[in-house]
Amino acid sequence: MRRAAILFLIPALLPIFLFFFIPALAAFVLSFTDFDIYSLGDFRNARFVGVKNYLQLFEDPLFWKAMGNTFYFVLVGGPLSVAVSLSMALLVNSKLTRFKGLFRPVYFAPVVTTLVAVAVVWRYLYHPRFGLLNYGLSFLGIDPVDWLGDPVWAMPAIILLSVWKGFGYNMIIFIAGLQSIPEELYEAARIDGANAWQQFKGVTLPMLVPTALFVGIITMINNFQLFAEPYVMTQGGPVNSTLSIVLLMYQQGFRWWNLGYSAAIAFVLFAIILAGSLIQAGLQKRTGLSSRT
Amino acid sequence: MKKVLLHTVMVVIAILTLLPGFWMISASLMPAGEASAYPPPFVPSEITFEHYDTLLTRLGLARYFMNSLILSVSITVISLFFNSMAGYAFAKYRFAGRDKLFRLLVAEMVIPAQVTTLPLFLMLNKLGLVNTYAGVIVTGMATIYGIFLMRQFTLSIPDSLIEAARMDGASEFKIYWSVILPLCRPILVTLAIFTFVGAWSDFFWPLIVLTDDSMYTLPVALAILAGEHVQDTELMMAGAVMTVLPVMLLFIALQRYYIQGIMLGSVKG
Repeated sequence: MRRAAILFLIPALLPIFLFFFIPALAAFVLSFTDFDIYSLGDFRNARFVGVKNYLQLFEDPLFWKAMGNTFYFVLVGGPLSVAVSLSMALLVNSKLTRFKGLFRPVYFAPVVTTLVAVAVVWRYLYHPRFGLLNYGLSFLGIDPVDWLGDPVWAMPAIILLSVWKGFGYNMIIFIAGLQSIPEELYEAARIDGANAWQQFKGVTLPMLVPTALFVGIITMINNFQLFAEPYVMTQGGPVNSTLSIVLLMYQQGFRWWNLGYSAAIAFVLFAIILAGSLIQAGLQKRTGLSSRT
Repeated sequence: MKKVLLHTVMVVIAILTLLPGFWMISASLMPAGEASAYPPPFVPSEITFEHYDTLLTRLGLARYFMNSLILSVSITVISLFFNSMAGYAFAKYRFAGRDKLFRLLVAEMVIPAQVTTLPLFLMLNKLGLVNTYAGVIVTGMATIYGIFLMRQFTLSIPDSLIEAARMDGASEFKIYWSVILPLCRPILVTLAIFTFVGAWSDFFWPLIVLTDDSMYTLPVALAILAGEHVQDTELMMAGAVMTVLPVMLLFIALQRYYIQGIMLGSVKG
């Protein structure tokens, strides 16, 4: 019995241990070394430098720029995506809605697309002269915007793409959350004379808090890992306005081969994601509702 | 009245959601240069497949397509097999430290994959696995999320079925293979689609570990082509169609399982 269990576990746990757990630990060690291109040929060329990488990082204006951009993406794009997902879930789940089976997969379709491919497509939709977006906006009397070429608009453009790409996923989770709210609660509210808006505020929203926190955590974790959109659409530009932490980590690590420095960036990212998850998990506990977590 | 308004809003949003995809397909069929015009054309003046031809014959997309297919299928088959075994072991076998081990595993989910990439690259470089299929596959052979999902599902299988098979003298592997796996079919299908779509669309790690252009996957090749062919709108749209289409068809065929899977993953965590 015990032997069988071990045999069943090893094929899965061994690769996770070797190719995930060990590298994660090694990255931590790496972040305290000056591992660079000269160490690639011979690991002995790398030396321990203590917290030097971290100190250097905190003095690097590019790092703070990347932090600012990533937080912009997380703090604006995340809540926006959650709000759109929730609104769409309410629309699809409404009793008045017909053809739910048709709308749901349509809204969901962008989730299944390949991020790199849609980033390529959206690069053309954002074209200042021939793009569909500026054409559409011209009907509203809005002058052409150089979406990806203007430092002010490049990040909002990436946020718009990510909301389009991702809202369907969270929408499905919200629909599951909405469907799990007992009908009796609405009946009780109606008996008390609550109108539709009061029912929404008094029953739907409080009951959805655990779902919203769950959705919030996964969206946040995903958004902190922003990479493919700027890589394909802007290469981090214009003037570093879309340089994300992961893009900076990639450039330092795999373009300049400053692996020690890059590992320090990776660990700062990890620490931020961990802190964000703990805060949201703490909120989840405090709401006292753990039915769907 | 309310109903009409609601449906109008939903239809408008549906059109906006589908518009990028529609334009991608439409532009991929336009003669070269036609998409770069104002106002932007929605349908091709004449339909041409020349860009698909160029991609397949001159730019080697058939090769990248095969790379993507081989990698995604391998990762899906291997990880399904390994995850289901581990999920079964965590759900139905009693051994010391089981719950501790499982909790440790789940806690590791918070580590972003990017953190592991630098040492992993060095490690695979030493092993000679950089720029090989194996270099991509090793990172997807088993996933914590997959083990988690399989365990949750396997927990609901009654112990009596396993006991009965054991009484009949079935080996432990036989029980897994012919009792557990058939019962896990719905979750296996769900996990298979998730894994396949995820592996197909994966970009960060293949970009790093596949250094030679004959080994590129479709997303990696497309990202690099898109940098070199900025002006060739129609060509790039054809490339995007070829990258998106396989997973889209899979989704259309199996969307029920896909959507159920997301609900399942969110219900119990």
